[in-house]
Amino acid sequence: MTSTAAITLADVTFAYGAGRAVLDLPALEIARGERVFLHGPSGSGKTTLLGLIAGVLAPRTGQVTVLGEPLHTMTGAARDRFRAAHLGYVFQMFNLIPYLSVRENITLPCRLSAARRARAEDPTAAAARLAEALEIAPLLARPVTELSVGQQQRVAVARALIGAPELVVCDEPTSALDTDRRDRFLELLFAQVTAAGSTLLFVSHDLGLSARFDRTLALGALNRAAAHGDPDAAPTVVARGS
Amino acid sequence: MLLLALAWRSLRNRALLSTLTGLSIALSVALLLGIEQVRVGVRESFAGTIKGTDLIVGARGGTTQVLLSTVFGMSSPTGSVSWATYERWAAHPAVQWAVPYALGDAHRGFRVIGTTTAFFERYRFRDRTVTFTAGRPPTTDAEVAIGADVAERLGYAVGSEVVLAHGLAAVSFAEHGAHPFRVSGVIAKTFTPIDRALYATLEGLTVMHEAEAASGGLMMGPPTAPTAGPAPITAFLVGTKHRFETLQLQREMNEDRTEPLTAIIPGVALAMLWQTIGGAEVGLRVVALLTLLIGILGMCVALYASLEARRREMAVLRAIGAGPRTIVALLVLESALLSVAGALAGTALVYGGLAVARDPVEVRFGLALQSHALTPVEWGILALVVGAGTLVGLVPAWRAYRASLADGLAPKL
Ligand SMILES: Nc1ncnc2c1ncn2[C@@H]1O[C@H](COP(=O)(O)OP(=O)(O)OP(=O)(O)O)[C@@H](O)[C@H]1O
Ligand SMILES: [Mg+2]
Repeated sequence: MTSTAAITLADVTFAYGAGRAVLDLPALEIARGERVFLHGPSGSGKTTLLGLIAGVLAPRTGQVTVLGEPLHTMTGAARDRFRAAHLGYVFQMFNLIPYLSVRENITLPCRLSAARRARAEDPTAAAARLAEALEIAPLLARPVTELSVGQQQRVAVARALIGAPELVVCDEPTSALDTDRRDRFLELLFAQVTAAGSTLLFVSHDLGLSARFDRTLALGALNRAAAHGDPDAAPTVVARGS
Repeated sequence: MLLLALAWRSLRNRALLSTLTGLSIALSVALLLGIEQVRVGVRESFAGTIKGTDLIVGARGGTTQVLLSTVFGMSSPTGSVSWATYERWAAHPAVQWAVPYALGDAHRGFRVIGTTTAFFERYRFRDRTVTFTAGRPPTTDAEVAIGADVAERLGYAVGSEVVLAHGLAAVSFAEHGAHPFRVSGVIAKTFTPIDRALYATLEGLTVMHEAEAASGGLMMGPPTAPTAGPAPITAFLVGTKHRFETLQLQREMNEDRTEPLTAIIPGVALAMLWQTIGGAEVGLRVVALLTLLIGILGMCVALYASLEARRREMAVLRAIGAGPRTIVALLVLESALLSVAGALAGTALVYGGLAVARDPVEVRFGLALQSHALTPVEWGILALVVGAGTLVGLVPAWRAYRASLADGLAPKL
């Protein structure tokens, strides 16, 4: 892990199944500690790109190097272990396991990865600390089904950040929040990412947020396959056509 | 450990569905085990129809016929055995005791057996002896003891007068009216053919037949005697001094040329008979297995149907670092837990039910339901349930596996 780049993509192409290419990225580099804002039209492949970086998806061609590790050469199981140890992920919504409490949701990564557990030292205490900072401490023992969307998103941030992963990836985490809560959410997120010293890759439609980031990337401009995308159609429907 | 905790919490989260699914498995397990219990109970009751007797000896004939006529009061005896032959064998050094047994008369459709008081001491069924609810064994030639069914059906009690008929037909016109009997005792219910028989002394039957002959009676059947000497019998029961002498004695009797005899070992003959009539149990088992199949398919459907709603959950687990195999393991574990819970609950149900039902069933049907530890067959059933249940969990798990590989982090909702 000596390289200074957190994420390096080179000549990456990706397609779902045997379909046409969704992504075609000649080059993309994000430095360690950088906070990057990524935007692009719906269906342009933002979530897909995050899947490649998280190692959930494997590129058809090209190299995906994350924290110095060449994911494209690793087995699926190795990528899963890598993700558990080094990555925090926040979805747009429905981030939580419905049958676990808030505390159990936050500490889940520590139960899946020994590395995360080791860095968190005491997962329960770490969860309490994060919950305090994210203003959800009173909710720790509650079932997650009783939370508001804004509260759920902050629980998701706490889970992404427990055990201080080197890379935090957020896929439109604020799109279900109103403006006030969105701003507060961003403040809390930034504070915790800074505290953990993590690199942040943040996807959003909302260009108004981009000013707070170190750098803004437009996927539409980077992705040579994006020209085929249809920004207004429901992406899944487009993809289902053979 | 994590998986187990997750599977358990997930099942608990869908408590109603999980309970119903587990219950349907439990019920099929209970049905299977219950049928197995009843099957074993029936077989053991059947095998216990006669115990403690090492050999049943009748005139030369088929094994089954000797067994049926002597023990079950069905079909006619193979012939008669002379009193001299009986006495000769009774005095054999390997013989500890012998009880004569004379069949051939009937009373209103129930069989009448001539024997000695030794019968009541020696005869065993399901390891019990014959006991009396009222009265005692017959001791004089005018006394008869009656089985519980006879007493109940015909409304007899100690002291009732009984007129016996010659021959085994349900309705016999040749009634031995000249020599009526009196009921000396009522035998406690045994749930064996004893309940449907009357027991007189050998002398009683002889006197009756003589009285009939004197009064110009018709139809002398095979077991009736010439006037002098003790009447021939139709069979006798033998207890050997040492169990290991039984086979030797049986061979000796079967090969003896003085009077052709057939000696059978009751346990062996009963087992042979059971093989031919016990086939119905296979049908019961098939039905129970089908029920189990439905229970397990129900679980598969329930898990499969819940998958759609759980795709988000799978994606979240993936994002946290769970591999597709972990997801498969989680789902298979859930079905395994359900199957194990169902199997345990079903077993508890059966044993609980047995604890409650054993005594009533014994009293009503004479079926001795054991509360033994699980038999190998029952263990097999439980293993089958858990194994099949777990395997079936692979179906939804496989679908989730495919979905989680194809969806990446963007599951379709
Ligand atoms: N599991 C899948 N199978 C097949 N095609 C898919 C799948 N997921 C996404 N796609 C297709 O890949 C393309 C990129 O999808 P992706 O979800 O990455 O877009 P996005 O930029 O995240 O869009 P949005 O802003 O709406 O979330 C779309 O055309 C979509 O239809
Ligand atoms: Mg997306």
